[in-house]
Amino acid sequence: MLETARRYRKRKESPVEETRRLLDAIKRDTLNSFITIDEQGALLSARSAEDLLDREDAGVLAGIPVAVKDNICTCGVRTTCASEILADFVPAYDATVVKKLKDQGAVILGKTNLDEFAMGSTTTTSCFGPTRNPWDPSRTPGGSSGGSAAAVAAMLCAGALGSDTGGSIRMPASFCGITGLKPTYGSVSRYGLVAFASSLDQIGPMAATARDAAVLFDAIKGHDPLDSTSALHDYAPTDLEGIDLRGVRIGVPEDFFGPGLNPEVESAVLSGIAELADMGAQVVDIRLPHVRYGVAVYYIVATAEASSNLARYDGVRYGMRAGESGGLRNMYLQTRSKGFGAEVKRRIMLGTYALSAGYYDAYYRKASQVRTLIADDFRAAFSLCDIIAGPTTPVTAFGLDEMVDDPLSIYLLDIYTIPANLAGLPALSIPCGFDSRGLPVGMQLMAPHFREDLLLGAGIAFQDRTGHHKVRP
Amino acid sequence: MNGYDVVIGLEVHAQLLTESKVFCGCSTTSGLAPNTSTCPVCMGMPGALPVLNRKVVDYGIRLGLAVGSRIARTCVFARKNYFYPDLPKGYQITQYESPLCEGGSIDVETKEGIKKIGITRIHMEEDAGKTIHDETAPYSYVDYNRAGVPLLEIVSEPGMTDTKQAVAYLRELRQILMYLGICDGSMEEGSLRCDANVSVKKAGSSRYGTRTELKNMNSFRNVQKALEFEIERHIQILESGGRVEQETMLWNPSKGVTVPMRSKEESHDYRYFPEPDLVPVRIDDAWIEDVRSTLPELPAERRARFRKRYGLPAYDTGVLTQSRELADYYEACVGMLDAPKEISNWIMTEVMRALNEQGISITDFRVSPEMLTGLIALIGRGRISGSMAKEVFAEMASTGHSAEEIVSSRGVGQISDEETLKAVAGRIIDANPAEARKYRSGKTGLLGFFVGQVMKATQGEANPKLASRIVKELLEE
Repeated sequence: MLETARRYRKRKESPVEETRRLLDAIKRDTLNSFITIDEQGALLSARSAEDLLDREDAGVLAGIPVAVKDNICTCGVRTTCASEILADFVPAYDATVVKKLKDQGAVILGKTNLDEFAMGSTTTTSCFGPTRNPWDPSRTPGGSSGGSAAAVAAMLCAGALGSDTGGSIRMPASFCGITGLKPTYGSVSRYGLVAFASSLDQIGPMAATARDAAVLFDAIKGHDPLDSTSALHDYAPTDLEGIDLRGVRIGVPEDFFGPGLNPEVESAVLSGIAELADMGAQVVDIRLPHVRYGVAVYYIVATAEASSNLARYDGVRYGMRAGESGGLRNMYLQTRSKGFGAEVKRRIMLGTYALSAGYYDAYYRKASQVRTLIADDFRAAFSLCDIIAGPTTPVTAFGLDEMVDDPLSIYLLDIYTIPANLAGLPALSIPCGFDSRGLPVGMQLMAPHFREDLLLGAGIAFQDRTGHHKVRP
Repeated sequence: MNGYDVVIGLEVHAQLLTESKVFCGCSTTSGLAPNTSTCPVCMGMPGALPVLNRKVVDYGIRLGLAVGSRIARTCVFARKNYFYPDLPKGYQITQYESPLCEGGSIDVETKEGIKKIGITRIHMEEDAGKTIHDETAPYSYVDYNRAGVPLLEIVSEPGMTDTKQAVAYLRELRQILMYLGICDGSMEEGSLRCDANVSVKKAGSSRYGTRTELKNMNSFRNVQKALEFEIERHIQILESGGRVEQETMLWNPSKGVTVPMRSKEESHDYRYFPEPDLVPVRIDDAWIEDVRSTLPELPAERRARFRKRYGLPAYDTGVLTQSRELADYYEACVGMLDAPKEISNWIMTEVMRALNEQGISITDFRVSPEMLTGLIALIGRGRISGSMAKEVFAEMASTGHSAEEIVSSRGVGQISDEETLKAVAGRIIDANPAEARKYRSGKTGLLGFFVGQVMKATQGEANPKLASRIVKELLEE
């Protein structure tokens, strides 16, 4: 991204040429990273970016081609959430993040594939078919922001937006060998992000490097009066020089290195941590005793909120409508039965159950209480360390044919990423090595609320010393 | 009631008079073309998020302070989940576990004196849209203009023991809402809606009977009639050895009966949970005091003051304080002319009649307090008679001219000239010698007869007070 911006300024390339080149590449894409290509919109933005560059009035994002996950509303460009029920839905407004990107001159190439309503970790539940991993097209790119991750890794865009409810940015970033940031809850506006689980959802940047991720994060962060959960925190621009790791305390929770962690992933992550130590960081052991309940808590809170958030897709005002000749009840039944896929229906049912009279206290209330305990764990840990490091995922990208028909084992893929969502903390995934098949491994760094500067700064410093992120499929 | 005790609790929804909706900037103006006062937020479009209109909290605090509630320091919004086409998001944003106000009471007048009716809670929520059924079409229409209009729900304790108390409570609550300027109180247009929970039990028993919920009562009369019907229905079931089912009943005003809408088994499980798109509302002392400083004098206070300061009977104070504007009108009049009871009489009769005839409220009335007191002053000075004044008033109400203008332009003005009246009175006494004799021998009640004759002879233009004095003087000479 920064590289593209430099080439534009040296007149080695123009935004229109770059946009055309990428649009062509996207059209030839066999990974199925995109659901919708906005050729007209992209070229229009590219042309106005050229004017800005000519007048030397351009910010760093001017003419930078980016992709946007298809659960983020784009005015006039359909926003499907990879669901039949919204397959033809065209928003009349831009999400705040999209507006911010456009205002800064970015070129939005199109909308990327995802698991239906961002519910999944494989980008296989999309009604537009699965996305494939550029490192090995027989494998999953991870999910749910798999389209954005694959597009960045395959260099179909300079950067992309994803959304992360339980790991949906970090997990595919890890599987595709790119950098992905889940920001602090409330630091990036959710206005225009189609809600999955409102108290967990965050939009974040996905890019080839931590530096590019920082540029994208700076472009989208900040308070938004349209989002009541948006924080009033006064962020400084991220220092793109990185931070000095000397004296920085890196906490390593043994809770993230238990059974289920693939040994090759473990060894790559440990060598990443060793690298940080080499750069002067001080490694300390920490405990996060309640994170082992994270997945259980997550699947109550997230499904409960989802069951309510997805109630609006009823065929009345927009989106798909089926069975309208059979009366109201039939229209609801047909629309929602045909419009939603199996995983979405499963989660709506789980969430509806968890909120039902007589079960609320045992499930939702209890889960909310454990959620507080997990947040307390992190608070205690951050009195002993500045950054927490560990694996992003327990395994590397697996084959689409290895997908077992067992939702529980898929849910466990998010075991390391979920805690940051439950506690509202920022978390970054950066490439830290490869397994024996040559598939990328991601290392996750977590920091206290609003300390993205630490994460991105450490990530930049790490990438200035290492080459994992430079290896392309 | 013949061996049974009645227990009634009311749930009242008051539409608030804010300019914009509770979670978006759309106008709350009613009567606009369907679906023109809508936006992505109140239409429940994907990705849209609610932002609280703090004025709604102000208004809620205002009511809470007026009825003596505890105002929550932290209150939380919740989602009430159910499917209906007029509910855009598939859930209503309301309050559940932490409402804005708890406790408080409203005083109502009953046969046995003042009774305090407890308030359980007051909470904020959003209204739904309107579904319009076209009987001739195989589909229905939905208008979302009302979706997101702010409401306060006021839940009473089950503290009313007859239908009159229930209506009195509702009237008093309505009046408070209107005095506070937060609701227009129109039951016909649905800006004030009332549901009731009612049960009956054997007189003196401490065990509550099974309650039913009553809906669709859009006037005070309907509230009273529906409750009466439902109480009678409960008693009849119990008398015949049956059991009252816990269900929701719909009042059918044209047939005058309640009909079951849904039973307990069919009742919704609303799956309440805290609204994650909104943060808890923190209310500090400064906010509460800020609202307290805007509180007007409340109806009960004003009635008491009117009784005390102006020496008015309870009936008069009730009529004069029925709205803040009418009470203000009265006080403006009293400030100009020290005749509290006469002014009250004029307002309760002629002014109210004119308002009814013209179908307007006091704020749109042509006759200003200055004009009304000007008229009353003319009577006091003997310029015109009381009956003449009514005619003059009618003209004032329709033309907007002052009493002085009308009296002088008409050339009307009472005959107050003593000599003129003496001559007329003398003629009449002479013409009725028998009556004059009877009067002089003690039948002084005949004075009215002679005065009446004088009035008749002068076509009503004689000053009756003066005429009476003169006739009396002549007869007793």
